[in-house]
Amino acid sequence: MLYSPVEPMHIPDGFLSIAISVVCWVITIVTLGIAISRTNKSLEERQVPLMGVMAAFIFAAQMINFPVAGGTSGHLLGGALAAITLGPWAGMLVMTAVIAVQGLLFQDGGLVVMGANILNMGLLTAAVGYGLYRSVIGSNRSTRLAVAGVAAWLSVMTGALATSLQLWLSGTANLQVVVPTMLGVHALIGLGEALITVAALSFIFRTRPDLLGEQSASAQGGRGWVFAGVIIALAVVLLSPFASASPDGLERVAINMGFIETGQSAPYEIIPDYTIPFLGETALSTIVAGAVGVIVVLAIAFIAGRSLQNRSTANPKS
Amino acid sequence: MHSDAFDRYHHENSALHRLDPRIKLVVTIAFILSNALLPDGAWMAFALAWLFLILASALSELGLGFTFRRSFIALPFALMAVTVLFSIPGNPIFQFHLMWDFTITDAGLLRFVSIVIRSWLSVQMAILLVAVTRFPDLIHAFEHLRVPAILTTIIAFLYRYLFVLTDEVIRLLRARQSRSATAQGQRSGGSVMWRARVAGNMAGQLFLRSYERSDRIYNAMLARGYAGQLRTLNPHELHGRDWAYAIVAFLFILALQFVGRF
Repeated sequence: MLYSPVEPMHIPDGFLSIAISVVCWVITIVTLGIAISRTNKSLEERQVPLMGVMAAFIFAAQMINFPVAGGTSGHLLGGALAAITLGPWAGMLVMTAVIAVQGLLFQDGGLVVMGANILNMGLLTAAVGYGLYRSVIGSNRSTRLAVAGVAAWLSVMTGALATSLQLWLSGTANLQVVVPTMLGVHALIGLGEALITVAALSFIFRTRPDLLGEQSASAQGGRGWVFAGVIIALAVVLLSPFASASPDGLERVAINMGFIETGQSAPYEIIPDYTIPFLGETALSTIVAGAVGVIVVLAIAFIAGRSLQNRSTANPKS
Repeated sequence: MHSDAFDRYHHENSALHRLDPRIKLVVTIAFILSNALLPDGAWMAFALAWLFLILASALSELGLGFTFRRSFIALPFALMAVTVLFSIPGNPIFQFHLMWDFTITDAGLLRFVSIVIRSWLSVQMAILLVAVTRFPDLIHAFEHLRVPAILTTIIAFLYRYLFVLTDEVIRLLRARQSRSATAQGQRSGGSVMWRARVAGNMAGQLFLRSYERSDRIYNAMLARGYAGQLRTLNPHELHGRDWAYAIVAFLFILALQFVGRF
Protein backbone atom coordinates (compact mmCIF):
# COMPACT_ATOMS: atom_id res chain seq x y z
CA MET A 1 0.00 0.00 0.00
CA LEU A 2 2.69 2.47 0.86
CA TYR A 3 5.35 3.19 -1.66
CA SER A 4 5.45 0.87 -4.61
CA PRO A 5 6.97 1.85 -7.93
CA VAL A 6 4.18 1.92 -10.51
CA GLU A 7 5.90 1.68 -13.82
CA PRO A 8 9.18 0.73 -15.48
CA MET A 9 10.44 4.18 -16.43
CA HIS A 10 12.68 5.04 -13.47
CA ILE A 11 16.18 4.11 -14.65
CA PRO A 12 18.40 2.81 -11.80
CA ASP A 13 22.10 3.64 -11.52
CA GLY A 14 24.35 1.44 -13.62
CA PHE A 15 22.03 1.21 -16.61
CA LEU A 16 23.20 4.30 -18.46
CA SER A 17 26.71 5.04 -19.69
CA ILE A 18 28.47 8.04 -18.19
CA ALA A 19 28.32 9.90 -21.52
CA ILE A 20 24.54 9.57 -21.79
CA SER A 21 24.07 10.45 -18.10
CA VAL A 22 26.13 13.61 -18.57
CA VAL A 23 24.32 14.66 -21.75
CA CYS A 24 20.97 14.21 -20.00
CA TRP A 25 22.17 16.15 -16.94
CA VAL A 26 23.28 19.04 -19.15
CA ILE A 27 19.88 19.23 -20.91
CA THR A 28 18.09 18.93 -17.56
CA ILE A 29 20.20 21.55 -15.77
CA VAL A 30 19.87 24.08 -18.59
CA THR A 31 16.08 23.59 -18.76
CA LEU A 32 15.71 23.76 -14.98
CA GLY A 33 17.88 26.87 -14.92
CA ILE A 34 15.47 28.58 -17.31
CA ALA A 35 12.51 27.26 -15.32
CA ILE A 36 13.94 28.64 -12.08
CA SER A 37 14.73 32.08 -13.47
CA ARG A 38 11.26 32.29 -15.07
CA THR A 39 9.46 31.21 -11.91
CA ASN A 40 11.57 33.50 -9.74
CA LYS A 41 10.57 36.39 -11.99
CA SER A 42 6.88 35.68 -12.36
CA LEU A 43 5.84 34.04 -9.11
CA GLU A 44 5.13 35.61 -5.81
CA GLU A 45 6.58 34.29 -2.59
CA ARG A 46 3.36 32.40 -1.85
CA GLN A 47 3.85 30.19 -4.87
CA VAL A 48 6.77 28.35 -3.26
CA PRO A 49 4.66 26.61 -0.58
CA LEU A 50 2.04 26.03 -3.31
CA MET A 51 4.55 24.22 -5.54
CA GLY A 52 5.85 22.22 -2.58
CA VAL A 53 2.40 21.03 -1.56
CA MET A 54 1.53 20.35 -5.21
CA ALA A 55 4.64 18.19 -5.49
CA ALA A 56 3.37 16.22 -2.51
CA PHE A 57 0.00 16.06 -4.29
CA ILE A 58 1.53 14.48 -7.42
CA PHE A 59 3.39 12.02 -5.21
CA ALA A 60 0.24 11.08 -3.31
CA ALA A 61 -1.96 11.05 -6.41
CA GLN A 62 0.30 8.40 -7.94
CA MET A 63 -1.14 6.04 -5.30
CA ILE A 64 -4.67 6.43 -6.67
CA ASN A 65 -5.38 3.52 -8.96
CA PHE A 66 -8.34 1.88 -10.59
CA PRO A 67 -8.66 -1.79 -11.55
CA VAL A 68 -8.63 -2.41 -15.31
CA ALA A 69 -8.64 -6.12 -16.02
CA GLY A 70 -6.76 -9.24 -15.03
CA GLY A 71 -5.15 -7.74 -11.95
CA THR A 72 -3.69 -4.75 -13.78
CA SER A 73 -4.57 -1.23 -12.76
CA GLY A 74 -4.48 2.27 -14.15
CA HIS A 75 -2.29 4.91 -12.52
CA LEU A 76 -1.46 8.56 -12.72
CA LEU A 77 2.10 9.72 -13.38
CA GLY A 78 1.12 13.36 -13.34
CA GLY A 79 3.53 15.22 -15.63
CA ALA A 80 0.83 16.53 -17.96
CA LEU A 81 -1.61 17.23 -15.10
CA ALA A 82 1.02 19.22 -13.17
CA ALA A 83 1.98 21.30 -16.21
CA ILE A 84 -1.65 21.99 -17.19
CA THR A 85 -2.77 23.02 -13.70
CA LEU A 86 0.34 24.90 -12.51
CA GLY A 87 1.80 26.18 -15.76
CA PRO A 88 4.74 24.62 -17.63
CA TRP A 89 7.74 25.94 -15.69
CA ALA A 90 6.19 25.36 -12.27
CA GLY A 91 5.02 21.93 -13.47
CA MET A 92 8.58 21.04 -14.42
CA LEU A 93 9.94 22.12 -11.02
CA VAL A 94 7.22 20.15 -9.23
CA MET A 95 7.91 16.99 -11.25
CA THR A 96 11.66 17.43 -10.65
CA ALA A 97 11.05 17.48 -6.91
CA VAL A 98 8.87 14.36 -7.14
CA ILE A 99 11.48 12.43 -9.13
CA ALA A 100 14.28 13.63 -6.85
CA VAL A 101 12.46 12.33 -3.76
CA GLN A 102 11.56 9.05 -5.47
CA GLY A 103 15.24 8.53 -6.30
CA LEU A 104 16.72 9.82 -3.06
CA LEU A 105 14.33 8.41 -0.53
CA PHE A 106 12.95 5.28 -2.19
CA GLN A 107 15.75 4.39 -4.60
CA ASP A 108 13.15 4.39 -7.36
CA GLY A 109 15.54 5.67 -10.01
CA GLY A 110 19.26 6.26 -9.52
CA LEU A 111 21.23 9.33 -8.44
CA VAL A 112 23.84 9.67 -11.18
CA VAL A 113 21.18 8.92 -13.83
CA MET A 114 18.66 11.26 -12.19
CA GLY A 115 19.25 13.83 -14.92
CA ALA A 116 17.86 11.35 -17.44
CA ASN A 117 14.91 10.45 -15.21
CA ILE A 118 14.02 14.12 -14.68
CA LEU A 119 14.31 14.74 -18.42
CA ASN A 120 12.13 11.75 -19.37
CA MET A 121 9.42 11.94 -16.73
CA GLY A 122 9.46 15.60 -15.71
CA LEU A 123 10.60 17.90 -18.49
CA LEU A 124 9.46 16.07 -21.63
CA THR A 125 6.10 15.08 -20.14
CA ALA A 126 5.44 18.65 -19.01
CA ALA A 127 6.50 20.13 -22.37
CA VAL A 128 4.35 17.76 -24.43
CA GLY A 129 1.44 17.84 -21.98
CA TYR A 130 1.36 21.60 -21.70
CA GLY A 131 2.30 22.41 -25.30
CA LEU A 132 -0.60 20.46 -26.81
CA TYR A 133 -3.05 21.74 -24.20
CA ARG A 134 -1.87 25.32 -24.77
CA SER A 135 -2.79 25.06 -28.46
CA VAL A 136 -6.50 24.85 -27.63
CA ILE A 137 -6.59 26.96 -24.48
CA GLY A 138 -9.16 29.35 -25.96
CA SER A 139 -11.53 26.61 -27.08
CA ASN A 140 -14.54 25.16 -25.32
CA ARG A 141 -14.29 22.77 -22.43
CA SER A 142 -14.73 19.46 -24.30
CA THR A 143 -12.00 20.27 -26.80
CA ARG A 144 -9.63 21.23 -24.01
CA LEU A 145 -10.39 18.03 -22.13
CA ALA A 146 -9.98 15.88 -25.24
CA VAL A 147 -6.66 17.48 -26.15
CA ALA A 148 -5.51 17.18 -22.53
CA GLY A 149 -6.21 13.44 -22.77
CA VAL A 150 -4.18 13.04 -25.94
CA ALA A 151 -1.45 15.21 -24.47
CA ALA A 152 -1.31 13.03 -21.34
CA TRP A 153 -1.10 9.85 -23.45
CA LEU A 154 1.61 11.30 -25.69
CA SER A 155 3.56 12.61 -22.71
CA VAL A 156 3.85 9.07 -21.34
CA MET A 157 4.87 7.75 -24.77
CA THR A 158 7.48 10.51 -25.06
CA GLY A 159 9.02 9.55 -21.74
CA ALA A 160 9.01 5.87 -22.68
CA LEU A 161 10.65 6.50 -26.05
CA ALA A 162 13.31 8.75 -24.52
CA THR A 163 14.04 6.10 -21.87
CA SER A 164 14.43 3.33 -24.43
CA LEU A 165 16.68 5.42 -26.66
CA GLN A 166 18.92 6.28 -23.70
CA LEU A 167 19.15 2.62 -22.69
CA TRP A 168 20.01 1.65 -26.25
CA LEU A 169 22.62 4.40 -26.69
CA SER A 170 24.21 3.23 -23.42
CA GLY A 171 24.53 -0.29 -24.80
CA THR A 172 22.22 -1.63 -22.10
CA ALA A 173 19.35 -2.80 -24.27
CA ASN A 174 18.70 -4.02 -27.76
CA LEU A 175 16.89 -1.37 -29.79
CA GLN A 176 14.80 -3.92 -31.62
CA VAL A 177 13.34 -5.19 -28.36
CA VAL A 178 13.38 -2.23 -26.03
CA VAL A 179 11.46 0.26 -28.18
CA PRO A 180 8.45 -1.95 -29.02
CA THR A 181 8.35 -3.30 -25.44
CA MET A 182 8.52 0.08 -23.72
CA LEU A 183 6.10 1.72 -26.16
CA GLY A 184 3.71 -1.23 -26.02
CA VAL A 185 3.57 -1.26 -22.23
CA HIS A 186 3.32 2.52 -22.02
CA ALA A 187 0.61 2.76 -24.65
CA LEU A 188 -1.58 1.04 -22.04
CA ILE A 189 -0.15 2.91 -19.03
CA GLY A 190 -0.72 6.10 -21.04
CA LEU A 191 -4.42 5.28 -21.49
CA GLY A 192 -4.82 5.12 -17.70
CA GLU A 193 -2.90 8.39 -17.44
CA ALA A 194 -5.11 10.03 -20.07
CA LEU A 195 -8.37 8.86 -18.45
CA ILE A 196 -7.41 10.02 -14.95
CA THR A 197 -6.00 13.32 -16.22
CA VAL A 198 -9.17 14.10 -18.19
CA ALA A 199 -11.46 13.13 -15.31
CA ALA A 200 -9.41 15.13 -12.79
CA LEU A 201 -9.38 18.22 -15.03
CA SER A 202 -13.10 17.85 -15.64
CA PHE A 203 -13.62 17.74 -11.87
CA ILE A 204 -11.55 20.90 -11.42
CA PHE A 205 -13.48 22.63 -14.25
CA ARG A 206 -16.71 21.91 -12.42
CA THR A 207 -15.60 22.88 -8.92
CA ARG A 208 -12.93 25.56 -9.31
CA PRO A 209 -13.06 26.83 -12.92
CA ASP A 210 -10.99 29.84 -11.86
CA LEU A 211 -7.93 27.58 -11.47
CA LEU A 212 -8.04 26.79 -15.19
CA GLY A 213 -9.44 30.10 -16.44
CA GLU A 214 -8.00 33.13 -18.21
CA GLN A 215 -6.11 34.41 -15.18
CA SER A 216 -4.75 31.05 -14.06
CA ALA A 217 -1.14 29.88 -14.15
CA SER A 218 -2.02 27.49 -16.96
CA ALA A 219 -2.90 30.39 -19.27
CA GLN A 220 0.40 32.21 -18.64
CA GLY A 221 2.69 30.08 -20.81
CA GLY A 222 3.70 31.69 -24.12
CA ARG A 223 2.84 30.49 -27.62
CA GLY A 224 6.32 28.98 -27.85
CA TRP A 225 5.06 26.06 -25.77
CA VAL A 226 2.68 25.04 -28.53
CA PHE A 227 5.61 24.87 -30.91
CA ALA A 228 7.79 22.88 -28.48
CA GLY A 229 4.97 20.50 -27.59
CA VAL A 230 3.97 19.85 -31.19
CA ILE A 231 7.59 19.35 -32.31
CA ILE A 232 8.31 16.81 -29.55
CA ALA A 233 4.99 15.04 -30.12
CA LEU A 234 5.63 14.86 -33.87
CA ALA A 235 9.14 13.54 -33.25
CA VAL A 236 7.69 10.78 -31.05
CA VAL A 237 4.92 9.90 -33.51
CA LEU A 238 7.35 9.72 -36.43
CA LEU A 239 10.31 8.21 -34.61
CA SER A 240 8.54 5.42 -32.70
CA PRO A 241 7.38 3.39 -35.71
CA PHE A 242 10.68 4.08 -37.44
CA ALA A 243 12.64 2.85 -34.42
CA SER A 244 10.41 -0.20 -34.09
CA ALA A 245 10.34 -1.20 -37.73
CA SER A 246 13.67 -0.07 -38.99
CA PRO A 247 16.11 -0.13 -36.08
CA ASP A 248 19.04 -0.67 -38.44
CA GLY A 249 18.35 2.68 -40.03
CA LEU A 250 18.28 4.44 -36.69
CA GLU A 251 21.42 2.63 -35.73
CA ARG A 252 23.23 3.78 -38.84
CA VAL A 253 22.25 7.37 -38.08
CA ALA A 254 23.54 6.98 -34.53
CA ILE A 255 26.82 5.51 -35.70
CA ASN A 256 27.28 8.21 -38.32
CA MET A 257 26.72 10.85 -35.69
CA GLY A 258 29.20 9.12 -33.39
CA PHE A 259 26.72 8.20 -30.65
CA ILE A 260 27.74 4.59 -30.27
CA GLU A 261 31.17 3.09 -30.25
CA THR A 262 31.51 0.38 -32.88
CA GLY A 263 31.97 -2.19 -30.13
CA GLN A 264 28.37 -1.74 -29.05
CA SER A 265 26.82 -1.73 -32.49
CA ALA A 266 25.85 -5.35 -32.48
CA PRO A 267 24.68 -6.79 -35.78
CA TYR A 268 21.46 -8.03 -34.14
CA GLU A 269 21.25 -11.23 -36.11
CA ILE A 270 19.63 -13.30 -33.43
CA ILE A 271 16.11 -12.71 -34.65
CA PRO A 272 16.76 -12.64 -38.37
CA ASP A 273 13.28 -12.22 -39.80
CA TYR A 274 12.07 -9.95 -37.08
CA THR A 275 9.26 -7.69 -38.11
CA ILE A 276 6.80 -6.05 -35.79
CA PRO A 277 3.70 -7.96 -36.83
CA PHE A 278 1.15 -5.31 -36.01
CA LEU A 279 3.12 -2.50 -37.58
CA GLY A 280 3.82 -3.82 -41.07
CA GLU A 281 7.09 -4.04 -42.95
CA THR A 282 8.24 -0.69 -44.28
CA ALA A 283 9.03 2.43 -42.34
CA LEU A 284 6.48 4.42 -44.31
CA SER A 285 3.56 2.12 -43.58
CA THR A 286 4.44 2.12 -39.91
CA ILE A 287 4.59 5.89 -39.76
CA VAL A 288 1.12 5.92 -41.29
CA ALA A 289 0.06 3.34 -38.72
CA GLY A 290 1.44 5.55 -35.96
CA ALA A 291 -0.46 8.55 -37.27
CA VAL A 292 -3.66 6.49 -37.53
CA GLY A 293 -3.11 5.38 -33.94
CA VAL A 294 -2.85 8.95 -32.78
CA ILE A 295 -6.05 9.87 -34.61
CA VAL A 296 -7.86 6.94 -33.02
CA VAL A 297 -6.69 7.96 -29.55
CA LEU A 298 -7.70 11.55 -30.32
CA ALA A 299 -11.18 10.38 -31.31
CA ILE A 300 -11.55 8.19 -28.22
CA ALA A 301 -10.36 10.97 -25.94
CA PHE A 302 -12.73 13.42 -27.64
CA ILE A 303 -15.69 11.10 -27.18
CA ALA A 304 -14.66 10.37 -23.61
CA GLY A 305 -14.33 14.08 -22.91
CA ARG A 306 -17.75 14.67 -24.45
CA SER A 307 -19.42 11.97 -22.35
CA LEU A 308 -17.79 13.15 -19.13
CA GLN A 309 -18.87 16.64 -20.06
CA ASN A 310 -22.50 15.66 -20.71
CA ARG A 311 -22.79 13.81 -17.46
CA SER A 312 -21.40 16.70 -15.52
CA THR A 313 -23.81 19.18 -17.05
CA ALA A 314 -26.73 16.78 -16.68
CA ASN A 315 -26.08 16.36 -13.01
CA PRO A 316 -23.81 19.04 -11.65
CA LYS A 317 -23.86 17.77 -8.07
CA SER A 318 -22.14 14.48 -8.85
CA MET B 1 -1.06 10.09 10.96
CA HIS B 2 -0.51 6.64 9.53
CA SER B 3 2.04 7.01 6.83
CA ASP B 4 5.21 7.57 8.82
CA ALA B 5 6.41 4.31 7.27
CA PHE B 6 7.74 6.53 4.47
CA ASP B 7 10.65 7.63 6.57
CA ARG B 8 13.78 5.74 5.64
CA TYR B 9 15.95 7.07 8.50
CA HIS B 10 17.07 4.55 11.11
CA HIS B 11 18.24 6.15 14.28
CA GLU B 12 21.56 4.98 15.73
CA ASN B 13 24.48 6.88 17.12
CA SER B 14 27.15 5.48 14.85
CA ALA B 15 30.17 7.18 13.30
CA LEU B 16 28.35 7.25 9.96
CA HIS B 17 25.24 8.85 11.46
CA ARG B 18 27.35 11.62 12.99
CA LEU B 19 29.27 12.30 9.77
CA ASP B 20 28.44 15.57 8.01
CA PRO B 21 25.62 15.02 5.47
CA ARG B 22 27.60 16.78 2.71
CA ILE B 23 30.42 14.27 3.03
CA LYS B 24 27.97 11.35 2.99
CA LEU B 25 26.21 12.70 -0.07
CA VAL B 26 29.36 13.46 -2.04
CA VAL B 27 30.98 10.12 -1.19
CA THR B 28 27.80 8.25 -2.19
CA ILE B 29 27.66 10.03 -5.54
CA ALA B 30 31.39 9.44 -6.10
CA PHE B 31 30.90 5.74 -5.33
CA ILE B 32 27.99 5.43 -7.79
CA LEU B 33 29.94 7.34 -10.45
CA SER B 34 32.92 5.10 -9.88
CA ASN B 35 30.74 2.02 -10.40
CA ALA B 36 29.46 3.44 -13.67
CA LEU B 37 33.04 4.14 -14.79
CA LEU B 38 34.36 0.63 -14.08
CA PRO B 39 34.77 -1.42 -17.26
CA ASP B 40 32.74 -4.59 -17.83
CA GLY B 41 34.15 -7.63 -16.07
CA ALA B 42 36.41 -5.74 -13.65
CA TRP B 43 35.66 -8.39 -11.03
CA MET B 44 38.48 -7.41 -8.66
CA ALA B 45 37.27 -3.81 -8.62
CA PHE B 46 33.64 -4.87 -8.16
CA ALA B 47 34.76 -6.96 -5.18
CA LEU B 48 36.61 -3.96 -3.72
CA ALA B 49 33.52 -1.79 -4.25
CA TRP B 50 31.47 -4.38 -2.39
CA LEU B 51 34.08 -4.33 0.39
CA PHE B 52 33.70 -0.53 0.55
CA LEU B 53 29.95 -0.98 0.93
CA ILE B 54 30.44 -3.58 3.69
CA LEU B 55 32.87 -1.32 5.56
CA ALA B 56 30.38 1.55 5.35
CA SER B 57 27.57 -0.74 6.57
CA ALA B 58 29.77 -1.84 9.47
CA LEU B 59 30.40 1.81 10.38
CA SER B 60 26.65 2.49 10.32
CA GLU B 61 25.94 -0.22 12.95
CA LEU B 62 22.75 -1.13 11.07
CA GLY B 63 23.91 -4.68 10.37
CA LEU B 64 25.66 -6.01 7.30
CA GLY B 65 22.50 -7.43 5.73
CA PHE B 66 20.55 -4.19 6.08
CA THR B 67 21.13 -2.76 2.60
CA PHE B 68 21.05 -6.21 0.98
CA ARG B 69 17.54 -6.95 2.26
CA ARG B 70 16.20 -3.69 0.89
CA SER B 71 18.04 -3.73 -2.40
CA PHE B 72 15.60 -5.70 -4.51
CA ILE B 73 13.63 -2.67 -5.67
CA ALA B 74 15.87 -2.20 -8.71
CA LEU B 75 15.73 -5.83 -9.80
CA PRO B 76 12.61 -5.65 -12.01
CA PHE B 77 14.39 -3.08 -14.12
CA ALA B 78 17.20 -5.57 -14.80
CA LEU B 79 14.75 -7.10 -17.29
CA MET B 80 15.46 -4.16 -19.56
CA ALA B 81 19.08 -5.28 -19.77
CA VAL B 82 18.29 -8.93 -20.48
CA THR B 83 18.42 -8.26 -24.22
CA VAL B 84 22.18 -7.64 -24.13
CA LEU B 85 22.56 -11.34 -23.28
CA PHE B 86 21.62 -12.13 -26.86
CA SER B 87 22.59 -9.07 -28.82
CA ILE B 88 26.33 -8.73 -28.25
CA PRO B 89 28.39 -10.83 -30.67
CA GLY B 90 30.66 -13.40 -29.05
CA ASN B 91 31.09 -17.11 -28.57
CA PRO B 92 27.75 -18.84 -28.05
CA ILE B 93 27.56 -20.56 -24.67
CA PHE B 94 23.90 -21.50 -24.44
CA GLN B 95 21.06 -21.88 -26.94
CA PHE B 96 17.36 -22.37 -26.60
CA HIS B 97 14.25 -22.08 -28.72
CA LEU B 98 11.28 -19.94 -27.70
CA MET B 99 9.41 -18.75 -30.78
CA TRP B 100 12.81 -17.72 -32.13
CA ASP B 101 16.26 -19.17 -31.60
CA PHE B 102 18.04 -17.42 -28.78
CA THR B 103 21.78 -17.61 -28.29
CA ILE B 104 23.46 -16.34 -25.15
CA THR B 105 27.00 -15.20 -25.90
CA ASP B 106 29.89 -14.96 -23.47
CA ALA B 107 30.31 -11.25 -24.20
CA GLY B 108 26.59 -10.68 -23.65
CA LEU B 109 26.66 -12.53 -20.33
CA LEU B 110 29.70 -10.52 -19.20
CA ARG B 111 27.94 -7.24 -19.99
CA PHE B 112 24.67 -8.28 -18.36
CA VAL B 113 26.32 -9.41 -15.12
CA SER B 114 28.41 -6.24 -15.00
CA ILE B 115 25.34 -4.01 -15.44
CA VAL B 116 23.45 -5.83 -12.69
CA ILE B 117 26.40 -5.67 -10.26
CA ARG B 118 26.95 -1.94 -10.90
CA SER B 119 23.30 -1.21 -10.36
CA TRP B 120 23.03 -3.42 -7.29
CA LEU B 121 26.04 -1.83 -5.56
CA SER B 122 24.77 1.67 -6.33
CA VAL B 123 21.27 1.01 -5.02
CA GLN B 124 22.66 -0.40 -1.77
CA MET B 125 24.84 2.66 -1.19
CA ALA B 126 21.87 4.96 -1.81
CA ILE B 127 19.81 2.93 0.67
CA LEU B 128 22.57 3.30 3.26
CA LEU B 129 22.76 7.05 2.65
CA VAL B 130 19.09 7.70 3.49
CA ALA B 131 19.15 5.22 6.37
CA VAL B 132 21.93 7.12 8.17
CA THR B 133 20.97 10.69 7.22
CA ARG B 134 17.83 12.57 8.26
CA PHE B 135 16.06 13.78 5.14
CA PRO B 136 16.04 17.48 6.18
CA ASP B 137 19.82 17.22 6.73
CA LEU B 138 20.18 15.73 3.28
CA ILE B 139 18.25 18.63 1.76
CA HIS B 140 20.47 21.00 3.71
CA ALA B 141 23.50 19.30 2.22
CA PHE B 142 22.08 19.95 -1.26
CA GLU B 143 21.71 23.61 -0.34
CA HIS B 144 25.37 23.77 0.69
CA LEU B 145 26.27 22.12 -2.61
CA ARG B 146 24.63 25.05 -4.47
CA VAL B 147 21.41 23.35 -5.59
CA PRO B 148 19.04 26.32 -6.17
CA ALA B 149 17.01 27.25 -3.09
CA ILE B 150 13.68 27.06 -4.91
CA LEU B 151 14.25 23.38 -5.69
CA THR B 152 15.44 22.43 -2.21
CA THR B 153 12.51 24.33 -0.70
CA ILE B 154 10.00 22.51 -2.92
CA ILE B 155 11.61 19.19 -1.97
CA ALA B 156 11.50 20.10 1.73
CA PHE B 157 7.79 20.92 1.43
CA LEU B 158 7.16 17.76 -0.56
CA TYR B 159 8.76 15.68 2.16
CA ARG B 160 6.88 17.47 4.92
CA TYR B 161 3.43 17.21 3.34
CA LEU B 162 3.93 13.83 1.76
CA PHE B 163 2.76 12.24 4.98
CA VAL B 164 -0.29 14.47 5.32
CA LEU B 165 -1.43 14.03 1.72
CA THR B 166 -0.80 10.30 1.83
CA ASP B 167 -3.18 10.11 4.76
CA GLU B 168 -5.63 12.06 2.62
CA VAL B 169 -5.25 9.50 -0.20
CA ILE B 170 -5.72 6.64 2.23
CA ARG B 171 -8.98 8.24 3.40
CA LEU B 172 -10.14 8.68 -0.22
CA LEU B 173 -9.28 5.05 -1.02
CA ARG B 174 -11.01 3.82 2.13
CA ALA B 175 -14.11 5.85 1.25
CA ARG B 176 -14.18 4.35 -2.24
CA GLN B 177 -13.79 0.88 -0.77
CA SER B 178 -16.66 1.33 1.64
CA ARG B 179 -18.93 2.63 -1.14
CA SER B 180 -18.03 -0.37 -3.29
CA ALA B 181 -19.54 -3.25 -1.39
CA THR B 182 -20.20 -6.32 -3.55
CA ALA B 183 -22.51 -9.29 -3.20
CA GLN B 184 -20.83 -12.67 -3.45
CA GLY B 185 -20.58 -13.89 -7.04
CA GLN B 186 -21.80 -10.59 -8.46
CA ARG B 187 -19.72 -8.48 -10.78
CA SER B 188 -19.07 -5.21 -9.03
CA GLY B 189 -18.51 -1.68 -10.24
CA GLY B 190 -19.18 -0.15 -13.62
CA SER B 191 -17.18 -0.16 -16.81
CA VAL B 192 -13.48 0.63 -16.96
CA MET B 193 -14.40 4.15 -18.07
CA TRP B 194 -16.59 4.57 -15.04
CA ARG B 195 -13.83 3.36 -12.72
CA ALA B 196 -11.36 5.68 -14.39
CA ARG B 197 -13.76 8.57 -13.84
CA VAL B 198 -14.05 7.70 -10.14
CA ALA B 199 -10.26 7.60 -9.84
CA GLY B 200 -10.01 10.87 -11.75
CA ASN B 201 -12.54 12.53 -9.46
CA MET B 202 -10.48 11.34 -6.51
CA ALA B 203 -7.36 12.88 -8.08
CA GLY B 204 -9.27 16.11 -8.72
CA GLN B 205 -10.61 16.13 -5.18
CA LEU B 206 -7.10 15.57 -3.83
CA PHE B 207 -5.83 18.38 -6.04
CA LEU B 208 -8.32 20.85 -4.61
CA ARG B 209 -7.74 19.78 -1.03
CA SER B 210 -3.98 20.16 -1.55
CA TYR B 211 -4.39 23.51 -3.29
CA GLU B 212 -6.52 24.92 -0.54
CA ARG B 213 -4.28 23.45 2.13
CA SER B 214 -1.28 25.21 0.63
CA ASP B 215 -3.10 28.54 1.10
CA ARG B 216 -3.66 27.82 4.78
CA ILE B 217 -0.07 26.66 5.16
CA TYR B 218 1.24 29.84 3.58
CA ASN B 219 -0.85 32.03 5.88
CA ALA B 220 0.27 30.06 8.93
CA MET B 221 3.89 30.39 7.84
CA LEU B 222 3.56 34.13 7.30
CA ALA B 223 2.14 34.43 10.80
CA ARG B 224 5.28 32.74 12.08
CA GLY B 225 7.65 35.05 10.24
CA TYR B 226 8.29 33.22 6.95
CA ALA B 227 10.33 35.41 4.62
CA GLY B 228 10.79 33.12 1.64
CA GLN B 229 13.43 30.86 3.09
CA LEU B 230 13.49 27.80 5.36
CA ARG B 231 15.94 27.96 8.26
CA THR B 232 17.67 25.31 10.27
CA LEU B 233 19.15 25.31 13.75
CA ASN B 234 21.74 22.77 12.70
CA PRO B 235 24.92 24.63 11.76
CA HIS B 236 26.50 21.80 9.71
CA GLU B 237 30.15 22.62 10.16
CA LEU B 238 32.83 20.43 8.68
CA HIS B 239 35.25 19.12 11.32
CA GLY B 240 38.62 17.44 10.95
CA ARG B 241 36.98 14.05 11.46
CA ASP B 242 34.64 14.65 8.48
CA TRP B 243 37.56 15.56 6.23
CA ALA B 244 39.47 12.47 7.37
CA TYR B 245 36.56 10.18 6.44
CA ALA B 246 36.17 11.95 3.11
CA ILE B 247 39.87 11.58 2.24
CA VAL B 248 39.96 7.89 3.19
CA ALA B 249 36.80 7.23 1.15
CA PHE B 250 38.13 9.02 -1.93
CA LEU B 251 41.50 7.23 -1.73
CA PHE B 252 39.62 3.91 -1.53
CA ILE B 253 37.49 4.78 -4.57
CA LEU B 254 40.56 5.94 -6.53
CA ALA B 255 42.34 2.71 -5.62
CA LEU B 256 39.47 0.55 -6.83
CA GLN B 257 39.30 2.53 -10.07
CA PHE B 258 43.02 1.89 -10.50
CA VAL B 259 42.53 -1.85 -9.87
CA GLY B 260 39.63 -1.93 -12.32
CA ARG B 261 41.50 -0.26 -15.15
CA PHE B 262 45.01 -1.71 -14.98
